[in-house]
Amino acid sequence: MADSAEARPMPHGGIFEPWNDPTASPLIRFENVTKRFGDFTAIDDLTIDIFEREFYALLGPSGCGKTTLMRMLAGFETPTEGTILLAGQDISPIPPNKRAVNMMFQSYALFPHLSVWENIAFGLKREGMAKSEIDARVDEMLRLTRLERFAKRKPHQISGGQRQRVALARSLAKAPKLLLLDEPLGALDKKLRQETQFELMDIQEKTGTTFVIVTHDQEEAMTVASRVAVMDEGRIIQVATPDAIYEDPSSVYVADFIGDVNLIEGRARPEGDALLLDWAEGERPLRCKTSKSFSAGQTCHLAIRPEKLTISAEEPAEADNRARGRILDIAYLGNISTYHVELPGGLVLKAQAANTRRIARRSFTWEDEVWLSWTETAGVALER
Amino acid sequence: MGRRLLIAVPYLWLLALFLIPFLIVLKISLSDPELAIPPYTPTLDWREGWAGFTEFLSQLDFENFVFLTEDDLYWKAYLSSLQIAALSTLLALLVGYPIAYAMARAAPEWRPTLLMLVILPFWTSFLIRVYSWIGILSTEGYLNQFLLGIGVISEPLTILNTNVAVYIGIVYTYLPFMILPIYAALEKLDDSLLEAAEDLGCSRLSAFWLVTVPLSKAGIIAGCFLVFIPALGEFVIPSLLGGSETLMIGKVLWEEFFSNRDWPVASAVAVVLLLILIVPIVLFQRNEQRQREAEG
Repeated sequence: MADSAEARPMPHGGIFEPWNDPTASPLIRFENVTKRFGDFTAIDDLTIDIFEREFYALLGPSGCGKTTLMRMLAGFETPTEGTILLAGQDISPIPPNKRAVNMMFQSYALFPHLSVWENIAFGLKREGMAKSEIDARVDEMLRLTRLERFAKRKPHQISGGQRQRVALARSLAKAPKLLLLDEPLGALDKKLRQETQFELMDIQEKTGTTFVIVTHDQEEAMTVASRVAVMDEGRIIQVATPDAIYEDPSSVYVADFIGDVNLIEGRARPEGDALLLDWAEGERPLRCKTSKSFSAGQTCHLAIRPEKLTISAEEPAEADNRARGRILDIAYLGNISTYHVELPGGLVLKAQAANTRRIARRSFTWEDEVWLSWTETAGVALER
Repeated sequence: MGRRLLIAVPYLWLLALFLIPFLIVLKISLSDPELAIPPYTPTLDWREGWAGFTEFLSQLDFENFVFLTEDDLYWKAYLSSLQIAALSTLLALLVGYPIAYAMARAAPEWRPTLLMLVILPFWTSFLIRVYSWIGILSTEGYLNQFLLGIGVISEPLTILNTNVAVYIGIVYTYLPFMILPIYAALEKLDDSLLEAAEDLGCSRLSAFWLVTVPLSKAGIIAGCFLVFIPALGEFVIPSLLGGSETLMIGKVLWEEFFSNRDWPVASAVAVVLLLILIVPIVLFQRNEQRQREAEG
């Protein structure tokens, strides 16, 4: 899940991570942007940088402000406070029809009275481009999105997946500096959505356009994005590459929002470059390596992904952490199974194991007494 | 059986209330006028059997229709009616579209109230509303008093008993029929389409011409037919608000029936009017049909 975007090649070779390059200047910069609708604060003092050629995902629950953020970039909303810079220029006074930014709408917003061809040509015609150039550009877009056969159809005569591609082609036709995608795959079924995610990445790489995608589907964000910004209540909680977001969340909120996680609350006891977590009366403390500093007795949350827990019938001889429990539930997902293991104190941990054997030969079943174990580097210690 | 019965109901309705009256009018239009009761001949006498029926048929002719082409009053009246109906339709569109647009753009909680205001005039008798326009438009009427009062004019305007008054009357009366279908089309319009148009480089105005107008086309066409069709045969408005110059076929029809008591010629006028009206009615139905298909 987290391996897609880490090795995105740059034109000059090397790894694409301009956000770590202090000399790189961002394509878009939000500076202390606040947006209020009456009493409601949709965006709260937000500062972010988005770099050229990035595939930037805004991820968060509905109502977190991600759509407002995008609509401000498109020009449909203006910030109450703060400035938005596009290539160093303040874009607040520029109306949407003059911005080098195009948007792909959640509903696609295809013009129902125009054919696929005319929909894609719509923006080009407004630019007053020569007819032959429009023809060439539309044909190029049709090829890119594999829609050549549907050029003459009206939007209601094609499938949902094709409509999605028309919307993408239409918004890319004007070769914008920045393309905004508002839940672009929300209306597609799961299989088509996964295919389309790779298509999107492919098209983003081919065209070299900067993409900002809004989504509430964390898997989608992880798959396509070079960086993911997790939002909640109008604020950015964490911005990082998908693997960093998953492996090294900065808060319990992010850890819980992205993927499945076990959270164990306890009191910290620092010990060198690690800490011991006293989590239950009469239980062995949990050991976790961390670079963060905790004071003795401070409340600490240990976040461990289920796939990092090992489940075994016998007590493991050498393990940094181990706990005994009883299998409460098994979620069989085909390739993997998730075991819900209840510890003596009542805490339920989730452990995932790959089903390398056929299910008839599975080693554990309901009510079995098992051991869970994990290394000291498996979990992340979080303050809050 | 039950389904056939259900389909039979509207057909029987049409047969009793449209087709049979039409055939009676058609028959009268083929007859000759007579000073009698009823004021035309021949009448069918069932007692004489088949021979009587053939005798009856042989007396029918197209004389009255030929007469309509000979006297230029009639085709002038038809043409003038078409012109007045067409211009009224255009005026109603120019007035009605902005109203429908404003209604569709209004806050959702206001829309039922605005809709109510458009329909409200129907609660008063049509005749009373047309009469009240006499009070407004006459030389001493409210409009002239107001304009004289604010000093825009020094002499009262002659509006009543001219074609201008007829246009005002028709536009006023049939405006709701223009507004409602356009409003229905505009209300369905998805705002994100306009945002998409702007995003792709349209100004507000060009987004209106390129997206809003084409997508409300079905409503515009429906509204135009709903105004044009009744306006073409309109009789009350031209006779109350119009003057001697106002020539409309509805008025001619009325005069043939009630002043001239020439039922056969009046019937011929009515039949021709119906034939003229069939064209827009068929076009209207086609438009409705096409819209239903497009909405799938």
